[in-house]
Amino acid sequence: MDFAFTDDQLAFRDAVRDLLGDACGPAAVRASWEGGPGYDPKLWAGLAEMGVLGILAPEGSGGLGLTELDLVLLLEETGRAALPGPVVEHVAVAVPLLAAAGGHDLVARAAAGEIVLTFADRADRVGWAAEADVLLVADGPGVRLVLPTDLTVVHALECVDRSRRDAAVGWAGGELVDGADLALALDRAALGAAAQLCGLAAHLIDVTVEYAKARRQFGVPIGSYQAVKHHLADAVLRLEHARPPVYRAAWSVARGLPSRGRDVSMAKALAGDAAALAARVALQCHGAIGYTWEYDLHLWMKRVWVLDRAWGDAAHHTALVADAVLGPRA
Amino acid sequence: MDLTETADERAFRAEARAWLEANKPELPMPPGDTAEGFGAHREWERRLFDGGWAAVSWPREYGGRDASLWEWLIFEEEYYAAGLPQRVAQNGIFLLAPTVFEFGTPEQKDRILPRMAAVEDLWCQGWSEPDAGSDLAGIKSRAVRDGAAGGWRLTGQKTWTTRGAFCTHLFGLFRTDPEAERHRGMTYFLVDLRAPGVTVRPVDKLDGDAGFAEVFLEDVFVPDADVLGGVDQGWSVAMATTGSERGLTLRSPGRFAAVVQRLIDLYRRRDSAGLVSDAALRAEVARCWMEAEAYRLATEMTVTRLARGERMGPESSLNKIFWSEMDIHLHETALGLLAPDADLEGAWLRGYQFSLAGPIYAGTNEIQRNVIAERLLGLPRR
Repeated sequence: MDFAFTDDQLAFRDAVRDLLGDACGPAAVRASWEGGPGYDPKLWAGLAEMGVLGILAPEGSGGLGLTELDLVLLLEETGRAALPGPVVEHVAVAVPLLAAAGGHDLVARAAAGEIVLTFADRADRVGWAAEADVLLVADGPGVRLVLPTDLTVVHALECVDRSRRDAAVGWAGGELVDGADLALALDRAALGAAAQLCGLAAHLIDVTVEYAKARRQFGVPIGSYQAVKHHLADAVLRLEHARPPVYRAAWSVARGLPSRGRDVSMAKALAGDAAALAARVALQCHGAIGYTWEYDLHLWMKRVWVLDRAWGDAAHHTALVADAVLGPRA
Repeated sequence: MDLTETADERAFRAEARAWLEANKPELPMPPGDTAEGFGAHREWERRLFDGGWAAVSWPREYGGRDASLWEWLIFEEEYYAAGLPQRVAQNGIFLLAPTVFEFGTPEQKDRILPRMAAVEDLWCQGWSEPDAGSDLAGIKSRAVRDGAAGGWRLTGQKTWTTRGAFCTHLFGLFRTDPEAERHRGMTYFLVDLRAPGVTVRPVDKLDGDAGFAEVFLEDVFVPDADVLGGVDQGWSVAMATTGSERGLTLRSPGRFAAVVQRLIDLYRRRDSAGLVSDAALRAEVARCWMEAEAYRLATEMTVTRLARGERMGPESSLNKIFWSEMDIHLHETALGLLAPDADLEGAWLRGYQFSLAGPIYAGTNEIQRNVIAERLLGLPRR
């Protein structure tokens, strides 16, 4: 048994954290809220250069040929930075799905950052539908590859997280991806969201701790009061018992274990709950300032709201865990 | 990362399972916190010692088997999976022993540890006093130097001493420098409860067992050899023990995995009999399973760090809150499944009552949340 990341994996995480720390601050997140593209092409190019976009692509297609175990910490960082764009859809789902189907050309271009891929579990809500160069959408038991020229309907939806670009789409044509494993794609998406939720929670806790140290009332920092301390301790408690399950789920996906679905569902449920609590605590401890549009807190909070529900909410995944652990209902 | 057991670990598991299966006593045993039950538990734990399983992670010279922390986790899983009970020797083995290993002299290790593992000496804690609970630094029991006799004279009162009525020895803090400010001037003493001047008064617990005791000390002589870790150094010595209690050793994941397995069995029995009327209970059972799994996984990450030579810090407070609140959740869920007769005496009701003590002992969860906020997050103390 050995439950730790390698030095290489940690160094890759640090490099991504540095890149996003420099280039994806609150201003960049806010810019994505205020129109323009739903992702930052410069940042996207930076991620391509580091190999992040093609981390799961085979080396023969210009990728790094690594696994979810190498990816999970990077996705946590994209959550911490609230990176706008279909990073989970592109990196964690679409690239390996197309690679498994032998789509070498698309995979190579996706790994290089020349095209943007998106993935959705339903046609009436596709993230970045109008911006992606290739849409992969669940269609019955399979996955349909839809190009922008195939789209007949793109009805934009307004999401509470305005960095998102969601739309209901219809198409004529497209093609079913040969042998696409939809269950695996959904597990990868849920795992990616779970990792991002951990990063979002960590950021929310960090900024709230800093605020509680600086904000003074009754002549002392509000963080010296037990009521505030205990809110934050609860948030950390939940997060630190969500991370190990998320890392274990990455292991199970990377190894293709029979317990993969159960482990991903557990990770998604716990990470969603942890991030939702962190968001509530962060807002409560900030008080009125956190309730303003101009303060950045809500950018992270609303991302949590979206990802907590994306790819199945905690109740959905808990029910799946119940089926796996308890067997069918009598 | 490699989350599969090695061949050695699998072999260790098989060996532990086979030994426990062949040697375990008739179950269930009477509670260890009663006079009748205590004797039966002591006999069982002696058999564990004779088989070399009493303290698997200790060096062989003290009665252990030099097992790794991973193997210790495996042993605990197998122990509780076999339906075996909490150990009456646990406060010695899991709380005092780590402190003896860290601060004890070679003479103390040789004298104390093998007898502890063999349940010849049974140790209880002497932390709380009537006016010092969460505020442990407020203890008043004192030790006065008796240079002529080569030791100390202890006077005072300890309380909420678990299994104090049945134990032979007590470890705890006593004030050796009355002038020093709160956290200083305390010394860690090892006290023979059969010494003249000691009076132990059993106190019945909420669940009806005589598991608590008050310990009165009146001019009790303790030799210098029973000072652990240096005069006036007691606070820092004691903190090592409280870290063990709330952290890894006292509540291993295997213990809760076994409870969850019983919970799942209970759910299946009740469900197949058409007795689970509340559909939400199914999700609650799944949540209990996830919590126990999360606790196991978090512990495995910690063990990986410890195996690489790192130490556990204030994050041990996270463990303590998590397992104690999880334990209540597991039992509440079981009582929900047993409704409307969950209030009739039975194993789950007993377990529920015991679980309610979890957020109180080993440092209340309020204190643990302060520790997390101040030492892990860096929020100001005042």
